[in-house]
Amino acid sequence: MRKALFESFIHGPLTEPAPKPDEAGLAELANAVNRAARARLGRSLSIRHVDAGSCNGCELEIHALSNAFYDLERFGLRFVASPRHADVLTVTGPVTKNMREALLRTYNAMPDPKWVVAIGTCAVDGGLFSGSYAVAGGVKDVVPVDLHIPGCPPNPKALLAGLLALLQTAS
Amino acid sequence: MALLDNIPHREKAKQHRPWPRANVTDDDWRQAIDQLAAGRCTLLGLWGDAPDVHMALMAENFDDIAVLSYTCKDAQYPSVAARHPPAIRLERAIRDLFGLDAIDAPDTRSWLDLGFWSVRHPLGKRTPARKPKPYEFLPAEGEGLHQIPVGPVHAGIIEPGHFRFTANGEHVVRLEQRLGYVHKGIESLMQGATLDQAAKLAARTSGDSTVAYAFAFAQATEAALQVKVPPRALYLRALMAELERLANHFGDIGAICNDASFALMHAQTGILRERTLRAAEACFGHRLMMDAIVPGGIARDIAADGAAHVQALLTEVRRMFPRLVELYDNTASLQDRTVNTGIVKPDYVRQFGAGGYVGRASGRAFDARRTPGYAPYIDLRFDVPILDAGDVNARVWIRIREVEQSLSLIEQILNRLPAGTIQAAVKPNGKICEGLGLTEAFRGDVLIWLRLDGKGRVERCHLRDASWFQWPLLEAAIEGNIVADFPLCNKSFNCSYSGHDL
Repeated sequence: MRKALFESFIHGPLTEPAPKPDEAGLAELANAVNRAARARLGRSLSIRHVDAGSCNGCELEIHALSNAFYDLERFGLRFVASPRHADVLTVTGPVTKNMREALLRTYNAMPDPKWVVAIGTCAVDGGLFSGSYAVAGGVKDVVPVDLHIPGCPPNPKALLAGLLALLQTAS
Repeated sequence: MALLDNIPHREKAKQHRPWPRANVTDDDWRQAIDQLAAGRCTLLGLWGDAPDVHMALMAENFDDIAVLSYTCKDAQYPSVAARHPPAIRLERAIRDLFGLDAIDAPDTRSWLDLGFWSVRHPLGKRTPARKPKPYEFLPAEGEGLHQIPVGPVHAGIIEPGHFRFTANGEHVVRLEQRLGYVHKGIESLMQGATLDQAAKLAARTSGDSTVAYAFAFAQATEAALQVKVPPRALYLRALMAELERLANHFGDIGAICNDASFALMHAQTGILRERTLRAAEACFGHRLMMDAIVPGGIARDIAADGAAHVQALLTEVRRMFPRLVELYDNTASLQDRTVNTGIVKPDYVRQFGAGGYVGRASGRAFDARRTPGYAPYIDLRFDVPILDAGDVNARVWIRIREVEQSLSLIEQILNRLPAGTIQAAVKPNGKICEGLGLTEAFRGDVLIWLRLDGKGRVERCHLRDASWFQWPLLEAAIEGNIVADFPLCNKSFNCSYSGHDL
């Protein structure tokens, strides 16, 4: 293994150039972010994630954002453990009725200013699971949403493009 | 000897494949429970289908499966859990979903219904919801005990569920799980769904096992409708399944080490995982290969340059992975956390019929690819690694060995990939028919049972994740360990919440 570690000094970083901020995302965000918030937050956002009923596919791709290829933290975006520390709430899944209250409490525990990003097709309107007795709907049916990143699941590039749009608008 | 030879039963269902299903009386049902309690067979599943309850059993040597069906009287059936604890949560779920009660059930608390639905018994006789009773956790009594409630929202990017720890200082005296938070009503959405819709739902039961679920759903459908799948499609299904296994095992090995604060391993296996997903995308157009397996075959053939991408992946994994294994093996501070932590007793694993690395790390030599076995694995060479220490370390090593086996399987698949078509026609046959599929996902066996209505729609579909028989063992594994080792134990199980909650 030592050999591999030494090799990593020689080969370049695996990290890839950032995608362009998502155009549709920029448009959706235009109204969501005001100047005062931008000044306060600078160029860094803390993200708290809640799975409100996903199949865990979206979580896998959100995890991938932290690998060497996408390296989310280079943009000043990082995942935090407490809603108290968060500026952004990412939510996946159709919101199940069993998770509705937990999602609301997490949202309410976050200080202002805050943004909500709904990740995945299910998060838009419940997707394949809409109409079920156990599903409350999309994320916007429970908390206000500033940005949607659709996909089943959205790949890390799409996630990155969406979050960069948020960062550009928010900072 | 067939499993049903030992269990008295009435008539067999005519259209149930590939294993038999038989109707049973009160006495027969109780005799089957005797066999379970005596350890002569394994409980593979227990699900409602009002007014019936079905119980799937597997022979002791895994080579035969049978489904027993009991028709409830006054919405009641004799409890399996009363004599065989692995059925407890299954019976609680049947009650919540169907309103069928197990007579003499040891635990009658709700399981999936947390009190937020507008209806009770959504798959049975629906009635308006009642005000829920407060949930009573099991007691733990003693001096100096304190409780730590965790979840449903967890600190990391993981699925939601509630853990109630009772601890004495640092030591866990009791852990009780409360799940059901991501219950989406999948089995209800399945009812009346077309095969296309149903396959999509099955593929989203647990996203990390989307290939294994689509595979099992396809198997069940093809068994019901007696579809012969082209060999090329079977081989490519196995390629997808092994890529999925690789990606998940890489992710798990890194994540377990990361929970012991050994981030280097996490970073390195993260690279291997990403390369695996990219190879999957290059071959099949989707990183997780969602909806790539469909009843009758596969949705699209492997890309023209797909095999080259997979070969490049194999080369890279064979270069990097042995170094990571060596690193794991030679890092004493890491071993200090994983060895002797979270031990699962072999007896529990046998009793619960725990599949996957949880079972195989505690001596249970079950892998659905081997026995009962299914195409194309029957034609391929691979070992089923078994250990008996049952600790976090053993569960890591099972994954390491399985990565090696998957590499070999992928090589065999590429070398022997048959030419030809990739899709057989799947036509409704005008008759009500039933099928059962069983595949080996990275975490264990996925069972899917369904009944089709003769017009190409699903009447009833039950999906049983390996997690149902693994989650309860996590409660036992953590006992006596310190709270700080829970993340390690939990990650070494990596049970699915969504696959369990449905």
